[in-house]
Amino acid sequence: MKYAGEFRERQAAEQLSGKIHHLMDHIGRKITLMEVCGTHTMVIFRYGIRQLLPDKLQLLSGPGCPVCVTPNLYLDKAIIYSSKNNVIITTFGDMLRVPGSKSSLADESSRGAQIKVVYSSLESLRIAEDNPEKEIIFLAVGFETTAPTIAASILMAKERNLSNYFVLCAHKLIPPAMQALIEMGELKVDGFLCPGHVSTIIGSEVYQFLCQDYGIPCVVAGFEPLDVLQTIYLLLSQIKAGQAKVENEYERVVSPQGNLRALELMEQVFETADSSWRGLGKIKNSGLRIRDTYAQFDIERKWPLEMEEETPNPKCICGEILRGLKTPPDCSLFGKTCRPGHPVGPCMVSQEGTCAAYYRYGQSLPSKVLQS
Amino acid sequence: MQKKIMMGHGSGGELTHRLIKEIFLKNFDNEILAELKDSAVFDYQQARWAFTTDSYVIKPLFFPGGDVGKLAICGTINDLAVVGAKPLYVSCGLVIEEGLEISLLKKIIGSMKKAAQEAEVKVITGDTKVVEFTGFGGLFINTSGIGVVPQEVKLSIERIRVGDRIIINGTLGDHTIAIISQRKEFDFQTNLPSDCASLYPLIARTMRISTGIKVMRDVTRGGLATIAHELVSKNNFGVELWEEAIPIKKEVEAITEILGLDPLYLANEGKVLFVVKKEESDKILQALHGHPLGKEACIIGKIVPTPAGKVYLRTSIGTRRLLDLLSGDQLPRIC
Repeated sequence: MKYAGEFRERQAAEQLSGKIHHLMDHIGRKITLMEVCGTHTMVIFRYGIRQLLPDKLQLLSGPGCPVCVTPNLYLDKAIIYSSKNNVIITTFGDMLRVPGSKSSLADESSRGAQIKVVYSSLESLRIAEDNPEKEIIFLAVGFETTAPTIAASILMAKERNLSNYFVLCAHKLIPPAMQALIEMGELKVDGFLCPGHVSTIIGSEVYQFLCQDYGIPCVVAGFEPLDVLQTIYLLLSQIKAGQAKVENEYERVVSPQGNLRALELMEQVFETADSSWRGLGKIKNSGLRIRDTYAQFDIERKWPLEMEEETPNPKCICGEILRGLKTPPDCSLFGKTCRPGHPVGPCMVSQEGTCAAYYRYGQSLPSKVLQS
Repeated sequence: MQKKIMMGHGSGGELTHRLIKEIFLKNFDNEILAELKDSAVFDYQQARWAFTTDSYVIKPLFFPGGDVGKLAICGTINDLAVVGAKPLYVSCGLVIEEGLEISLLKKIIGSMKKAAQEAEVKVITGDTKVVEFTGFGGLFINTSGIGVVPQEVKLSIERIRVGDRIIINGTLGDHTIAIISQRKEFDFQTNLPSDCASLYPLIARTMRISTGIKVMRDVTRGGLATIAHELVSKNNFGVELWEEAIPIKKEVEAITEILGLDPLYLANEGKVLFVVKKEESDKILQALHGHPLGKEACIIGKIVPTPAGKVYLRTSIGTRRLLDLLSGDQLPRIC
């Protein structure tokens, strides 16, 4: 396997930058590309990739940050569950600081709620086995990337007859969200940088409908800076040639059909269901629900909570940012009351959120420094 | 400000800085503390003294390359060494959880003894408290250290000039990765040892060879990015770091990539950052290379006039980006 350093070479980056400028000169109009995945947003900032691109080429962040698209209601539910005696909430670290309607899991933790950060659902299972007198609730948020491991944990819990392991499921599916964004018609996207991690599971072929039905070029992208530049180059080449097809820049990891074993696991445990996305609203068949066969592991069926979605802070424009209509500097809260240490909206919490990325990396350097 | 203390207040980033500014500096208002150096430096009775304190709260207590005892001695010695002091005496305050195995305590105190002997410092006072079992991990250690700064040592931010070079004595992130690889929630295994070491011999040797060292910083909590930030904040110069030159072990790079952590913000326990006069940088590198703790020393950046008060990175693909303070703990990503 090639070492990551080979995908970070300065000379190759400069060459690709030159080709991109050349293509943009030919195209001659403003182009908007959307990177769907939050990790791509981070790579673009971390490597200052915009400095290598022409001004007329706009990169927009899409709805691919799991924390950001999870609605307040989900967190409010998690917080209520965390306040029950005998419960240990297990969660990926990103979720800790996300503000719900009134507090966050980090606040609850400092008030004594038992909240443990885990790195995999299987670790939650281990906690459940080690603490038979407690009820363990795993916060299952994320996309197709993490869903198979949650499915595996549920199957293992069943096999081991664990009666104290539960899942609060808000898993979401990426292709329906991409489709919804286009259907809303608010935004004109000239091409998608398709998410590499998600595509590892679902394959590259699933994006065909976006090319055929909507005429939008799609390229599955890896996560090194040269991957991103190469993907932009491939998208612009399609645009210039008037094509719309799926290409796979991340062939070293992603196959056309995806990871069949992982897809089987998902299919076995989950069924598709309508799901609410922050910013995008309810999208048909864009979420995963635990099948009836495994209902015993679904905390919402064991302890149903009747709750209404509370209105988020009206000044927060995370929704419009997630739809690609605005960028963080357009927000009156950005960098003032909303900062990573005190986030108002979810896009500031997750380190892959658009606002957090803008805050951390987006401050511009003087042009003298950029050209030095 | 938050109403309660959160884990992020201990990360060394923005929340910690706010605690220091809004509570500690406001109450303990004096010019020595206000310098916020690794050690307080003050003149008394015709001598220049350095004094420091640190608490060591680490889980697990034992890790590849050391344990909490070695860390408690080396960390405090390093705080003294980077202000140019020769460490002399150290205190040892223990807060022990009931239930700790006495054999473990003996082992940890044995490591403290060994580290103190190697650094030629004496532990001359101490205190022991026992608390109820909390499940944290058994033992907290606080050490304070006192040392004397030789008259000829002239370390000062005021001596820093544009063009000065930034040198680091070796690879970054080893300590943090060695610690987290021992925690059971991580299923990966690595034999990577912590870089925990007493830096005094390396620093003393280098200062003997060249007077070109202007400032040193102990690159601990918050990592290189945070330390560089502290160096430039409120000053009329900035720091440019060169991504390709920053030494990071392959294991550390791989694990940080998987977990979504940035090695520039990871803690170290045996790394010192030098700001040196450009013309002296080769001589200083040579001096460092001649010591086991400086074999991988290299120049990783320079002092620049703009942007003043900021740190930026020249990336491996030739672009530039600002390195900011982290506002809390680094949180691994979901996908």
